[in-house]
Amino acid sequence: MTSSSDKVNEFLQDATLFLAPDPEIMNNHGFAPRSALEERCMAKESDPARIEIVRERLMAGANESFEMLENMGAAPGAKWGDCVSAMFTASGDLSLASTGGVVIFVNLVQYPIKFINKYWKNDPSVGVREGDAFLVNDAHYGQAHNTDQSLMMPVFWEGEHVAWVGATVHEGENGAIEPGGMPSIAEQTWDEGLKMPPFRVAENYVLRRDIVTFLQNSVREPKLQYADMKVKMYTCRRLEQRIHEAIAEFGVEAVVACLRRNLEDTDAEVRRRLKEWPDGTTRHAWWTDGTLRENALIKINLAVTKKDDVLTFDYRGSSPEFANRANNTLDITLKGMLSQLMLAYVWPDLPRNQAVLNSVRFIFDEHSIMRPAPTAPISQCMMSVFTSWSVAQVSVMKFLYCVPDKYTRVIAPWYCMINTFLFGGLTQHGEMVGNVCADINGMGGGALADRDGQQSCAPIFATMADLGEQEFMEEEMPFVQLVSKKLMRDNQGFGRQRGGMGYQMMLALRDSPAWGFMLTAIGSKFPNVPGLFGGYGCPTYPLARVRGIDVFEAMRTDPGQFRYSIAEMMNEQPFPEAQYSTHPMSLPYALAARGELYMIAQGTGGGFGDPLERDPADVMRDHEEDLVSDEVAWRIYRVVFDPQTRIVDEEATAKARQAVRDERLAGAMSYDDYCAQHVTAKPPAHLPYYGSWDDTKTLYAGSPDVSFPAGEAGPPIIMPHPLQVRIDALERQLAALQTAG
Amino acid sequence: MKIFVTDALVIDLDAEQWECRACGGALGSARDNYKRFMALRPRDPRDIHAPIIDPDRYEFTFAPDPQWLTIVEYYCPHCGHLAEAEYLPPGHPPVHDIEFDIDALKAQWSVREATAAPVLGPDFVAPPHHHHKGGH
Repeated sequence: MTSSSDKVNEFLQDATLFLAPDPEIMNNHGFAPRSALEERCMAKESDPARIEIVRERLMAGANESFEMLENMGAAPGAKWGDCVSAMFTASGDLSLASTGGVVIFVNLVQYPIKFINKYWKNDPSVGVREGDAFLVNDAHYGQAHNTDQSLMMPVFWEGEHVAWVGATVHEGENGAIEPGGMPSIAEQTWDEGLKMPPFRVAENYVLRRDIVTFLQNSVREPKLQYADMKVKMYTCRRLEQRIHEAIAEFGVEAVVACLRRNLEDTDAEVRRRLKEWPDGTTRHAWWTDGTLRENALIKINLAVTKKDDVLTFDYRGSSPEFANRANNTLDITLKGMLSQLMLAYVWPDLPRNQAVLNSVRFIFDEHSIMRPAPTAPISQCMMSVFTSWSVAQVSVMKFLYCVPDKYTRVIAPWYCMINTFLFGGLTQHGEMVGNVCADINGMGGGALADRDGQQSCAPIFATMADLGEQEFMEEEMPFVQLVSKKLMRDNQGFGRQRGGMGYQMMLALRDSPAWGFMLTAIGSKFPNVPGLFGGYGCPTYPLARVRGIDVFEAMRTDPGQFRYSIAEMMNEQPFPEAQYSTHPMSLPYALAARGELYMIAQGTGGGFGDPLERDPADVMRDHEEDLVSDEVAWRIYRVVFDPQTRIVDEEATAKARQAVRDERLAGAMSYDDYCAQHVTAKPPAHLPYYGSWDDTKTLYAGSPDVSFPAGEAGPPIIMPHPLQVRIDALERQLAALQTAG
Repeated sequence: MKIFVTDALVIDLDAEQWECRACGGALGSARDNYKRFMALRPRDPRDIHAPIIDPDRYEFTFAPDPQWLTIVEYYCPHCGHLAEAEYLPPGHPPVHDIEFDIDALKAQWSVREATAAPVLGPDFVAPPHHHHKGGH
């Protein structure tokens, strides 16, 4: 019998004009209560050994499907591991993700599945049936950003809906205002390309061609769109097949109970482990140095409090949102990234599911850069969410160091920025493409207490991703990396153990009538990551360009002119007719000329411990491998050695290091003196500063004279168009010149 | 009992004191911000992250902008060991980064055995997944 309140709810649902993302779903990162199905199955199946066998069986299926996805995927991102597949409970909770792949992607897929369950399942115009597949890319319904696409498929058994499966790929191209799916010039969410809420794209296991055609017609890479929809659907079908086989062998109760137990057991284990941490608070703040349209100092503020078995991430005091810049993120994206932090850097032995965050609480200011208005663009959310992740990494490591029972090792911050090129245009094969280089995965690892970080190893969001094969890229794309994956000397996070170093790359367009590059990275004025416990962070990174030259012609006529490092190319300027310049690594999409050089370096991870304690033998090893110069070996590490033989004078080194310690103390002051002499009440007037200063309740918005209470909308921060800023400056100059004479 | 809170700092729970791990020197009350007991020195970031390309010719050189960043170093006042390097915009107050509940810490460690050195944790074990691209 239907109650009157049910009827009211039904009326309201029917009368809802637009089914926007549901706050009830989007604000809850915990897992759902046990369903009737789960209660029934768990009452019948409780043998932990049997459930573990089922879990291993399902895990093998998830990993098999991930292999399929990675091998068949057409998107460049799929080829080097920026994808993932997973199994979910019927309620939509992520229960079991593939071992490889991007945890954040599947952590976020819980939200669109829950939307489908809530809104489409009982809607007679939609429904959820065996053989259906649903697609989503709009981050507001649950994706990292609109460049990713997730396909989700319900799993039925004897007519009963028992689970969901899903596959996600960083597809790249999505029809946004710039090619490649991650526009930096988006000024509103409608500049960000396709905006697919979860909607059905297949029935009876067949993609609907009319819908596929609509999507193809909306993007620059129609073949990619179709190919990867098929790839994701067959990945989901393999997951479904493995679930069906497990049910046939062990019974539906065992499989449903297993998916549920994954969540409940993980939650219980996380709570047990949290109790091992000290109670207290760690704090850390960091600043991003730009919006990708202009340089600005943007605060990410964090206090992490651990009490008993609850961990609270309090990001209040962080920068307000930017109404017309793409560097905002969504809080769900940050939560998904923090599940990656916990599952990869703290408890990598735990099952990869969303229960890792069940005992974690989050606090944000409304209208902050992590809780922007629905209309604010978020396509370059990496510019804030990656820094937010790094701030959390530092804060968590400061809890973890003293815990005697660890499940992995304390690590200095991993480099966190996407120093890579996006590209778009016509290939040498006449194809229109828009995507990203695999160097997005080339981040340097942080140092550990007893070893150096790994060089340009993997991105923070996918610890087992790949750098790809540059030769594959050059077969398909019309540009060449003339220098590729060559570690850059002195690009090091100094420390007793040093960070994993970043490689440099020099590339140039070769054969295309219309081709452009863009860069979407920050950190040219303020570094992207610190070190840990006395280690230093990364340096800053520019885009270096050489224009007015065709290097392919130069190499043909006088190959000796070319230089194979950024430092040599820029310092020696071997092509006299060329123009040499440096810029922030935020280049909006711009057409390239044949043979002009674009040069960047990957970032280094943070160093660990006092650099003066670095074993001189380790410094000499780096010196021999051309990773540090004579100058750094002396200035940072104070090693006295013969540059020809690399024989260290141990006694002179010890003496020189002691002299530095003496200099440190001679030049130092007390905490109180430092605060009195150097700390100011407000941000300096010369800095375009956004976020709190000493009081997290007051946020500054570009100037020490503009502030408002945290959590309020402001006035909205609307940045001027950079070209208009330039025009205004030139007009002022012109007026001054005209006045003068 | 000594708790290795960071690679450079120890809390002596019995004395409720921060100590330098390098020299063993006492720093101050464990219930207070350890930074208050350190020797501080603000550094021009270019002294650490020096330009890699010519600063006379280029604006962006791999060296941070000193107008945007100060690196504050915290040394043990007894031995000069570098315990922390904090990256801050000029004028920004130092952050109280570690504030543990000392009473809870005492209760927690009352049932634990003392450790003679920091526990590093298990070594990394490669997962079963392997890439199969490119013939390797």
